Amino acid sequence: MDEGPGAVSPPTLAVWKFSSCDGCQLTLLHCEDELLQVAGRVRIAEFLEATSASVEGPYDVSLVEGSVTTPHEADRIREIRAQSRVLVAIGACATAGGIQALRNFADVAEFTRLVYATPDYISTLATSTPISAHVKVDLELRGCPIDRDQLLEAISALLAHRRPRLRAHSVCIECKRRGTPCLLVGGGVPCLGPVTAAGCGALCPSYGRGCFGCFGPQETPNPEPLIEAVGWGSDEAVRALRTFNAAAPAFRHASEAAAARGRIGGRR
Amino acid sequence: MTDDRVIAREDLDALFDALHRCGYTVVGPTVRDSTIRLAEIAGTRDLPAGVTDEQEAGRYRLAQREDAALFGFNLGPDSLKRWQLPPDRTVWRARRKPDGELTDFSTDARSGPAGMPDRIAYIGARACELHARAILERVLLGGNHPDPELRERADALIVIAVQCGEAGPTCFCASMGAGPKVTSGYDILLTELLDADHHVFIAATGSVRGEELLAEVPTRRAGSEELAAARATPARAAEQIQRKLDADWVKELLYAHLEHPEWESVAQRCLTCGNCTMVCPTCFCTSVEDVTDLTGEQVERRQQWDSCFAVDHSYMHGGGPARQSARSRYRQWMTHKLASWDDQFGTSGCVGCGRCITWCPVGIDITEEAQAIGAVTHGPARATPAKED
Ligand code: SF4
Ligand code: SF4
Ligand code: SF4
Ligand code: SF4
Repeated sequence: MDEGPGAVSPPTLAVWKFSSCDGCQLTLLHCEDELLQVAGRVRIAEFLEATSASVEGPYDVSLVEGSVTTPHEADRIREIRAQSRVLVAIGACATAGGIQALRNFADVAEFTRLVYATPDYISTLATSTPISAHVKVDLELRGCPIDRDQLLEAISALLAHRRPRLRAHSVCIECKRRGTPCLLVGGGVPCLGPVTAAGCGALCPSYGRGCFGCFGPQETPNPEPLIEAVGWGSDEAVRALRTFNAAAPAFRHASEAAAARGRIGGRR
Repeated sequence: MTDDRVIAREDLDALFDALHRCGYTVVGPTVRDSTIRLAEIAGTRDLPAGVTDEQEAGRYRLAQREDAALFGFNLGPDSLKRWQLPPDRTVWRARRKPDGELTDFSTDARSGPAGMPDRIAYIGARACELHARAILERVLLGGNHPDPELRERADALIVIAVQCGEAGPTCFCASMGAGPKVTSGYDILLTELLDADHHVFIAATGSVRGEELLAEVPTRRAGSEELAAARATPARAAEQIQRKLDADWVKELLYAHLEHPEWESVAQRCLTCGNCTMVCPTCFCTSVEDVTDLTGEQVERRQQWDSCFAVDHSYMHGGGPARQSARSRYRQWMTHKLASWDDQFGTSGCVGCGRCITWCPVGIDITEEAQAIGAVTHGPARATPAKED
C-alpha cells in the first residue's frame, strides 16, 4: 500500500474466515456495486465467499472474520499476520470472540460430550478469543454483522492512506443525531446504547428496538448504572450482556458482577 | 407593537396558510413515537391537541389532558438546534482532476439530511427556546467567519412563540433568567386561553414580518379580561417551577471547586453517553472531517454533532485525548455550560430547559450537581426523583 493509488501493481486484498457465520463476508459481498469501482484498483486475492481463486501472499490488506477456537486456527492466524501488511479484524467474532465466546463461561469438554458421538475427534480450545489475543491487529470493525458503510469507509481510507472515520463513542450520540426519540427514557425499553460503541447509525432504536450491544462496549463503558436505571435483575443483566460480545472485557466484567449479585440473592 | 389581537381556535389554521403562501415550511411540535418531536407540520391538526408530557430526571411519558389545549405540554428532546445547526451535513464536496487539483467544488448539497428545509417558520417556541436560539446564534454566527449557509438559515427563520402556562418538573428557566415568560425574540407571540366554552389565542407581534402575517389571519381586538388572563399565564408557570440553580454564583463556585469530590461521585453514575449534550439546545460541538470515496476521486467535508463526552473530543495532536476520565468529561460539560461559556461568549450556556435532566438515561441532574458542589439554593430541598416503573 506504500505506493498509493495509481501505483504499478494494485494492492491485494485478502479475506480470511475463522470461527464465524460468514455474515460479515456477506456484508462485503453486498458492497458489490462499490467493489466494482475498485475492481481495477484492488486485487482480491483470497476471498472464500466470492471466488475460489487464491494467490500466495504477501497481502496488502487482510480482512479477518471470525474468532480463534481451535489450535489450528491459532497457528493459521499467525501465518496470515506474517503475510499481511495491514490486518483488519471484522465483526464481533474477530474483535471480541463472538457469540461462541459463551463457551468461555462454561465447560467446553462437557459441551462436546453432549453434542458429539465421538468427542475424542473434536480438537477445540476452551475459549473463543478475538484475533487481537493472538496477533497484532491494525484496525477493528465492530458489529454483528459489520456495518456496510464502515467497511467501505475503512477500505476507502486504507486506499487513500488516511485515517478511517471510525468512532467508539456511544450509540446514543448517533441515535440523537438521527433524531430517534430515546426508547429508554421515553418508554422504559431496555437499551444498551449508552454502553455500546457507535458505528451502526443507531439502527435498532430507529426501528423501536433497544440496542442489543452488537458493536460491543463503547470507549469508556459504565454498565452498572445503566443496569440499575433499566431495572434489570441479575439474570436479565447477564442475558443482555452475554450475546455477541459476551467476552469483551467491559461486558464480561459487568455480567460476572451481575451474576455474582444474583448468587448472593440480591435483585440488584 | 400593535395592540394584542385574539385568534379563535378555528382560525389558527389561517396562520399556517399564510406562512405556506409565503413559502415557509412550518416546523412545530407533533406526536411521533410517543414523544412530542419537532417536525414539519401542515396545520393545527398535527399539533399535540389534548396531550401533555410528564417529565422527571431520566423519564419522559406522554399523557392525555382533560382539555383540548394545543400547547399544553413543555418540551420534547428536539430543539431549534436541529435547524440552526443540522446534526449531519455536507459542507462541500469536490472532485479531483488527474493533475491532483480539485474541481467541481460545490456547496449545493450542503444542507443536512432530508427533512431539513432552509426556510422555516417555527411555531411553539417557548421562552427558554428563544434564549437558546440567541445563545447558539451568537456562537455560530458571532465570529469573524460565519458560515454562510447557517447565516441564511438564521435570517430566514420566523418564530411564532408560545407563552408557557405550566412548567414541567425539570424546568429551571427562571433561575437562568430565560423564562418562563416570553419577552422578546419572536415575530408573533401566542398565549393560549382555554376554558369550558372558550378556546382562543391572544396574539402579540414582535416584528414587521409578524404584523404582516397576523394581518392575514382573522382576528378581533382583545378584551380586558382576556388580556389579564394572558398576563397571568406565564405567572402561573413561574409558580410551578421546582428546580433552581444560583446562576449568579455558580461560575465562581465551579471554578473554585475544580477538584471537588462530587466530580468523582457523578463520574461513577455517568454513562458518558453524551445524551445531555445532544439534547442541549445550545451545545454546538461538531466534528468536521474530509471523507474520500472508494475511487479516491471524490471528497466531501462532513460536519456532525459531537460531544465532549466522546474521548476524541479532546484529542490533541501528539498528546492523545486530554480528557480521558469520566470525571474530567462531566466537569468539562458542566463548567462549560455554567461557567466558561460566560468567559467565551458573555452569557451562560444554559437556559434551564431541563432537557439534559429528562433525557439523561440515569437521571443525572445538573441542578443537583451544582447543589452538591455547594451552590446556594433557595427553597426547600427537593426529594431525589424516584425512577420506578
Ligand atoms: S434509544 Fe438507546 S441508543 Fe437511543 S438514546 Fe436512548 S438509550 Fe441511547
Ligand atoms: S444545560 Fe441542560 S438545562 Fe441547560 S440549556 Fe442545556 S439542556 Fe437545557
Ligand atoms: S458542553 Fe461540551 S458539547 Fe456542549 S458546547 Fe461545551 S464542550 Fe461542546
Ligand atoms: S450526564 Fe447523563 S446524559 Fe450526560 S453523559 Fe452522563 S449519563 Fe449521559
